[in-house]
Amino acid sequence: MKIKAIGAIAILLIIIGASCQSDDQIEFKRYYSGGSLVYQQHCQNCHGDKGQGLSSLIPPLTDSTYLKQNKAVLACFIKNGLKRKITVAGRTFDDDMQADDIAPLEIAKVLTYVSNSFGNKMGTVTLQQVQDDLRNCK
Amino acid sequence: MRKLWIGIVILMLFNACKSNTKTALPILGYKTPVTKTVNGKTVTDTEYATIPPFKFVNQYADTITQKNLDGKIYVADFFFTTCPSICPVMHRNMLNVYKEFKDDDNFRIISHTIDPKYDTVPVLKRYADKLGIAGNTWWLLHGEKGDTYKIAKSYLQSVSEKNPKGEYIHDGFFILIDKQKRIRGTYEGTDPAEVTKLIADIKTLKADPDQITAK
Repeated sequence: MKIKAIGAIAILLIIIGASCQSDDQIEFKRYYSGGSLVYQQHCQNCHGDKGQGLSSLIPPLTDSTYLKQNKAVLACFIKNGLKRKITVAGRTFDDDMQADDIAPLEIAKVLTYVSNSFGNKMGTVTLQQVQDDLRNCK
Repeated sequence: MRKLWIGIVILMLFNACKSNTKTALPILGYKTPVTKTVNGKTVTDTEYATIPPFKFVNQYADTITQKNLDGKIYVADFFFTTCPSICPVMHRNMLNVYKEFKDDDNFRIISHTIDPKYDTVPVLKRYADKLGIAGNTWWLLHGEKGDTYKIAKSYLQSVSEKNPKGEYIHDGFFILIDKQKRIRGTYEGTDPAEVTKLIADIKTLKADPDQITAK
């Protein structure tokens, strides 16, 4: 009986706690945690567990300025790959990144993860944004 | 008084364990008993597998044979520059080994490309430059595909041709070789903890009396 009562109170507290978060926060957390899995499977081998990249072969994902300036084309980089010279963190990189044709929702999640990890803080990248950006890929 | 004794015993046990970790590294690979006649007596000795002679070219277009590794402890691995899966992880970890021993002329790292058609000498040089390695500590070796695949077996490694998806399948191990060209350890090159152990083992091996006297 006592256990049941404690359990009921605990569940109530969890519900109250969860309802305190705004829908935006919940969406952010869902995207972020899902994105961390996509990152491990599709990105981490090359870009590293801390987004550190690899010397001058693979760019780091820690350059917030670069990410902000290229926000609208990041989805295209993932979907179509990247085959031109870029300057990240003051260094130039000209090796190809492979295309990875993952679903737009997965792109949104992984971009949310990357742009809010490794010292970056850019908020949620929504599915709608990714779909719009993908339509404008060159 | 009793407590003191218990304390002393625990301390002794602890020290015993500590000294155990200092023991020499094992010798891996196939062993064959060899019977010889020395001074009229028949003795049986164990002969350990060694890396056979080879001839490859490094990123500076210098010919590298087993003679260039005489008197050196070295680490070998197999990779290719366009590898999208495990190679970046392996070489991110190998850079730690490089940084630790790059001033030691009796130490080398050799990375064999398993895709010699694409990874020509200039491609390997470019990769080395971008990886940030210089000098002669770390050689990226180019050679006939057959030669590379054959020597991989001596290192107990499995490499094979491209699969139908166009990917090369290969092991991601780092293999530690001593001055007598015997295998002293294999380490999962994608695991930072194993690579930390490799660095510790290289230090242990360097301090081995058997290695200090070897030429």
